[in-house]
Parts: sequence; C-alpha cells; structure tokens
Amino acid sequence: MSRYSIFTLARNALTNHENWTEAWRSPEPRPDYDVIIVGGGGHGLATAYYLAAEHGITNVAVVEKGWIGGGNTGRNTTIVRSNYLYDASAGLYEHALKLWEGLTQELNFNVMFSQRGVMNLAHDHHEARDLKRRVNANRLNGIDSEWLDRQQVLDFCPILNRDPAIRYPVYGATLQRRAGTARHDAVAWGYARGADARGVDIIQNCEVTGLDIQGGRITGVETTRGRIGAKKVGVVVAGHASVLAAMAGLRLPIDSHPLQALVSEPIKPVMDTVVMSNAVHAYCSQSDKGEMVIGAGIDLYNSYSQRGSFDVIEETLVAICEMFPILSRLSMMRQWGGVVDVCPDASPIISKTPIGGLYLNCGWGTGGFKATPGSGHVFAHTIARDEPHPINAPFALDRFASGALVAEHGAAAVAH
Amino acid sequence: MMLIECPWCGPRDQSEFRCGGEAHIVRPTDSEGMSDAEWADYVFMRKNPKGIHHERWFHAHGCRRWFNMTRDTVSDRILAVYKVGETSPVGDGAAAEAGAEASK
Ligand SMILES: Cc1cc2nc3c(=O)[nH]c(=O)nc-3n(C[C@H](O)[C@H](O)[C@H](O)COP(=O)(O)OP(=O)(O)OC[C@H]3O[C@@H](n4cnc5c(N)ncnc54)[C@H](O)[C@@H]3O)c2cc1C
Ligand SMILES: [Zn+2]
Repeated sequence: MSRYSIFTLARNALTNHENWTEAWRSPEPRPDYDVIIVGGGGHGLATAYYLAAEHGITNVAVVEKGWIGGGNTGRNTTIVRSNYLYDASAGLYEHALKLWEGLTQELNFNVMFSQRGVMNLAHDHHEARDLKRRVNANRLNGIDSEWLDRQQVLDFCPILNRDPAIRYPVYGATLQRRAGTARHDAVAWGYARGADARGVDIIQNCEVTGLDIQGGRITGVETTRGRIGAKKVGVVVAGHASVLAAMAGLRLPIDSHPLQALVSEPIKPVMDTVVMSNAVHAYCSQSDKGEMVIGAGIDLYNSYSQRGSFDVIEETLVAICEMFPILSRLSMMRQWGGVVDVCPDASPIISKTPIGGLYLNCGWGTGGFKATPGSGHVFAHTIARDEPHPINAPFALDRFASGALVAEHGAAAVAH
Repeated sequence: MMLIECPWCGPRDQSEFRCGGEAHIVRPTDSEGMSDAEWADYVFMRKNPKGIHHERWFHAHGCRRWFNMTRDTVSDRILAVYKVGETSPVGDGAAAEAGAEASK
C-alpha cells in the first residue's frame, strides 16, 4: 500500500491525478479461507481490517453481493455519537467513538470525522426530565454530555425556530460535543484499503446463496461465483440478516424495514452542528458541500425494496419546516432508502451462534454507522478467539431467551 | 406508497393503515411447560422473509378493523387481502416460487 500524504498529493497533481494506483485489489476468490466475512459494508470491512491488524489473521475474504459500501453504509446520514442510556451500550458506542477519534490516522485515509456536536432537543418538561436522566447516566459512564437550557440551545444553533407558540417549541437539549458526522464512503474505502494491504481479499459482485454446514459446523459458503471453503464465517449483512440466518436454519428477532433520507440543494453554511428531535421524529445536519441532510423514520411494514413511502417523508419535512423555518423554501435534491435490521430492544446482536464457526453481527437498525469501528473491533475479537470481547458480551443472541434485553429505545428508536 | 384494499372499506391510501407485523403467530397453549428458548421463539423470533410475507394490517384511520395481507417484500406488490381467521389464498407453492424469484 502506498501511503497517502501531502507529497503524494503534490506529485500526482503534476500528472493530472492519472497515475494513482488502485486502493485495493479485485482478486478471484481462492478455494479456501480461514475466515469469510459476508457483507462488505463498513462493519464487515472493519471486521476484516481488525482480524488482520489486531489478530494476525490475514487469510480472510470479504464477500459482497454488490459493491462495497453500497448498502446502508453508503445510504446513511452519518451521525456519530455515544450518548446511550445503559452501561452496556455506553461501553459499545463509546468504544467506537474513541476509535473514530484516531481513525483517519490509523487508516491513513481521511474519514472526515467532524466533531461538531449533536443536540437532542426536548420540547416539554417531561421530555427534559427523561433527557437529563440520560445526561447523568452518560456522565457516570465517562461520556461527555451536557444539558442546555432554551437560550443556550438557540445560541448554539441560531436557525432553530424561536417562536414559543409553535406546537413543539424549543425547551432545552442535551449536547454531546464530541459527537458529529463522518464521510460514509471514506469509512468503507479506508477499511477496505487497510484490510487489502494486510492481505485480505475483497470480492465484490459475489452473492452468498447458501451456507455449508456439516455436523453442526460451518465449512464454507455457496456463492454466485462458486463454493468457497472457510473455517469460520462472520455474517454482517444488515437488512439481509434474516435471509442469511435462514440459510443456517436459524430464526432471528429481526424485522427489515425501509429507512429513508434526503438532501436539499446546497446552500451557504447555516448550521455547524447536528440537531435531532425524538418528539417530531426528524433530524438535520449540513454537509461540507452545503446540502441539508435530513433523516426520516422507518416505514412500519417489512420490506427489502430499498425505498419507502412518501407519507413518511412528508411527515419528516413538516417537522423540519417547523423546527427550521429558514429551510422551508429549499428544494430537495435527492431521496433514497435503505433496508434496516430492527431488533426489538433497539440494540445490536454481535454474537456466536448455535452453529460452530458461524458468527452474527446485525440488528443495528437505524443507528449502526456510528458504531462501525467499535463493532468491527469487537466482532473481530469474537471471531478470532471464539468468545465475545467483554464489550459485546451483553449483545449475544441468547439475551432474547434470558430476558437480559438492552432496551435503548429512548436513545436509539428515533435518533440515529 | 401502496393502495390497500380494506376488506370492509375498499381501496384506500396506505397512510390510513398501520402494519401489525407477521400474521398467523399462534399463542402457545402449553405455556407452563415451555422453556425460555421456546418463549423467545414465540415472543421475538420472526420469519422476516425476502419475498412472500403474510402480515396483519389495521385500518387505523378508517373502520378500525384488523385484517391480513399477503405481500411480496421485494416489490411491495400486494398479492392478497383476507380476513382474520382465514388462510391466505396465496399458497405455499406460490410463496416458494416468489421466494426463488426474490433470491435471484
Ligand atoms: C437512511 C439511513 C440513515 C441512517 N442514518 C444513520 C446515522 O445517522 N447514524 C448511524 O449511526 N446510523 C445510521 N443508519 C444506520 C447505518 O447505516 C447502519 O446501521 C450501518 O451502516 C450498517 O452497516 P453494515 O456494514 O452492517 O451494513 P451495510 O452497509 O448495509 O452492509 C451490508 C452489506 O451486505 C451485503 N449483502 C447482503 N446480502 C448479501 C449476500 N447474500 N451475500 C453477500 N453480501 C450481501 C449488502 O450488499 C451490503 O453491502 C442509517 C441507515 C439508513 C438506511
Ligand atoms: Zn376499513
């Protein structure tokens, strides 16, 4: 791997940027690997990267049915934060946030992590009490979190609606200053490049169509490009988790739903933070290009169509226009959907399975982008050692039988 | 956006309805003899198929009655609407066919 630096940039500028070498190879699949990762989203690529970088396991393939990062990784609104309520979640998401803080250096790839702060609005006294409880829980877990009163919120984000007579006036907000946004594609590409440099094969346009299981152990995968043998297989396919699980005869507590987002035409900088509101079900940030990036809610029916209903967008935009009257005349430029894997307790599953050598990472639903580095890191540990890292032990599949759910609906159901 | 044929009210906009998830989940009768794993299967585990899905819908902003629907979760095409207690006219053969189609 050639390192990127100001000097390589200058040198390549002299040749009109026509001589950059490709960031990763596109090899033919080998007949066998030590580990196959199914799903080339951010989580799968991060898993492969940490398997190689931290555990010395380099005979690894990432098998992706489309192009890497083309699933939810490339469709999300890129909010990164760690202000979850329970200790287990705080451990997981804060682990990820700490990795985000050094990721550009670690990968030698600019993931454009921008710690511009994330505000969660409260519109009434009751909501404020609930959010203050979360602030306190965060601080007890060593996560930066503060409470802003109405005036402080309006000072921090001046384009918010100041009218006290609207249906959902600003009452206060939590603020996590270390939270923010990142460049979604760069995360996938950076991990892919780092994994490839350490020997990992990244195989695109290769769909897994079956799992070979013999005597209760995984032995390989069937793909559209033939059978590939493997000692271990990690399944990281987001909205398609139930489809892959069914290939192993397993049922999951997951429903796949459409989740939509949209961006406006670009405008001058008006907002240097992220604002979310659970009550009106909308959130917004401004990209470096100037587009307002707006996230909607899920459609309540199951679907793999990668598109949602218009009424969901309409509801979101009604809320956005009341929260930010300045945006009401903007044209929306693009709108799209992803298929998100929603778990009943709004927490992920990072787990061993009843099948030897088969591991599962899914259930991130509407909010897994922020966890990408941490998820890959602990999942690599789980696969390499055949036991969970202490951080993901609470997120095992058997919690649905034991009852030890990690119910994060307050921190995760609306806010992404 | 789907146009949904309520068995009582006729075709209406999807925004009048709420989806109630997988249909035909039968409450187990031997609840005291069940293991935790069996409970987990009943309470939490779902088919979530890519293809034919039998599901419950509620006409929330209409007659406020529940009914069942069979839908293809890849195309969102509605294949059948039928009343609670009935079985879907879209049989398992069709489901298997559409499943094979969907996995292409
Ligand atoms: C509109 C939207 C907004 C969001 N906003 C946020 C946000 O602001 N903050 C946040 O933290 N999260 C957000 N999320 C959630 C976040 O995008 C996901 O949780 C996260 O990106 C999941 O990453 P992943 O790598 O697990 O999945 P993906 O990126 O979806 O990767 C899974 C990959 O598996 C592949 N695959 C599937 N089946 C097969 C098969 N049979 N064989 C081979 N490959 C297969 C897919 O093609 C896909 O590329 C949002 C999601 C959406 C849709
Ligand atoms: Zn009706």
